[in-house]
Amino acid sequence: MVPALALEDITVTFVSRDGGRYTAIKETTLQVAPGEFVSVVGPTGCGKSTLLNVAVGLLQPSAGRIRVFGESLAGLNRKAGYLFQTEALLPWRTALQNVTAGLEFRKTDASQALRQAESWLQRVGLGGFGARYPHQLSGGMRKRVALAQTLILDPEIILMDEPFSALDIQTRQLMENELLELWSANRKSVVFITHDLEEAISLSDRVVVLSAGPASRPIGEYQIDLPRPRDVAEIRLTPRFIELHGLIWRTMKSEVLKSYARQQQQ
Amino acid sequence: MRGSSSNKTALRFWQVVLFIVLLAIWHVATSPTLLPPVYFDNPHKAAFFFGEPLKVLARTWEWFSSGTIYPHLWVTLLETVLAFVIGTVLGMGMGLWLALSPLASALLDPYIKALNAMPRVILAPIFAVWFGLDIASKVALGVTLVFFIVFFNVYQGVREVSYTVLANARILGASERQLLRHVYVPSAMSWVFASLHNSVGLAFVGAVVGEYLGSSRGVGYLILQAEGTFDINSVFAGIAVLTAFALLLDWAVSLAERRLLVWQPRGGETEKM
Repeated sequence: MVPALALEDITVTFVSRDGGRYTAIKETTLQVAPGEFVSVVGPTGCGKSTLLNVAVGLLQPSAGRIRVFGESLAGLNRKAGYLFQTEALLPWRTALQNVTAGLEFRKTDASQALRQAESWLQRVGLGGFGARYPHQLSGGMRKRVALAQTLILDPEIILMDEPFSALDIQTRQLMENELLELWSANRKSVVFITHDLEEAISLSDRVVVLSAGPASRPIGEYQIDLPRPRDVAEIRLTPRFIELHGLIWRTMKSEVLKSYARQQQQ
Repeated sequence: MRGSSSNKTALRFWQVVLFIVLLAIWHVATSPTLLPPVYFDNPHKAAFFFGEPLKVLARTWEWFSSGTIYPHLWVTLLETVLAFVIGTVLGMGMGLWLALSPLASALLDPYIKALNAMPRVILAPIFAVWFGLDIASKVALGVTLVFFIVFFNVYQGVREVSYTVLANARILGASERQLLRHVYVPSAMSWVFASLHNSVGLAFVGAVVGEYLGSSRGVGYLILQAEGTFDINSVFAGIAVLTAFALLLDWAVSLAERRLLVWQPRGGETEKM
């Protein structure tokens, strides 16, 4: 089967103004099948976000290439939706107008866009909040709007960059369950970036571990054979989860320590 | 920042009391009969230099009741509004263009800096020569004052657009034109609105200074005429009318701001439901 997203031998080297070079990612290959939920975990500063920016076409890799359903990617990845770690809603648009934005940019009929957006707001549990501006919503609500804003365009590939890292743990688990529910209703390929191993295991079909930066690359891949549907809070207590967690953590631990040691030196 | 309403009423009361006290001091100090002349040798000299509040009030009342002030006020306000609108449109256009085109920005940078540093009031006589003594020369002066405020704010506004918001809009499918319309312009507008008080105020200054330097109508012209005949009470009346209308304009701007910037969090407003 043709992978939905294939990163082939990607290397990303940043050049700073004073001539310094920093290789964030080195010779990384990652494939995501249609409908597969893949998490990428790694210590902070290992180039996870860089990988995602390459996959969506915001960043050109120094070497290697990206294929989207077999076709070479040039420019922005039109088949992908992207959920940002930080605030990305248009602050001057209401929640409803934020959700319709993508359809509006694609010149969809306005009344149809509005109907779709209203139904999406309902689906993410914000039925009565369409008229509010982002600053009038809580952090979790803003994430829901962002989720609706991305999913309304029905992207084949959904890229998520630590979307829930700024939320408190309860809201976070609620959002994770909602994400799983939305995803299983309409299975698309997902690349989910996180530094939280528990989050990665409880959501994914497969977990990829990146080494500590600089020059990060995948150092381990694990199939997560936990049954679905899952409840992210409950599944953490099952023996198989704990077993997988132990297994992956052994790989990850040394990288986390390396990354920590490097931060201490600076 | 929300005091209780009784506090607010008390504050208003004391503000009015202070105003009356200041007027009373003015009245007593300039009246030829209430105080012996302390500084001036002639009891009428104080009134000659500083005017008398009751006469200032009477003159103002006379202007409004007879209606002689209206054509002058109308001209001054028209100049203000035209200067504001034209200056804002030009400032927005230039600001957007330069902020989005690094080459043009780099090329024109020293010129913009020089024009901004120049004391532009000095252009008023030149504008009078170019555009005559009618309203056009006053509008031109106001435009040069308003333009730079709006220009720098738009420039800043475009530069300050969050990278994430921009990237998000791109990924959602916005073309370059849609980015301009849905991201750059709204962001720039918020900076323009933030400077509305300044730009409306300066449009007013441009109109009045222009009239003062040479005109046949307008409140600035009234004041100039009064000065020419040493009619100090009319000068003060003119200043009072200008101040009142400046406050009125400022209040109107505040109203507009509140309607147009609903999407911005205000200080002290909570985010909770």
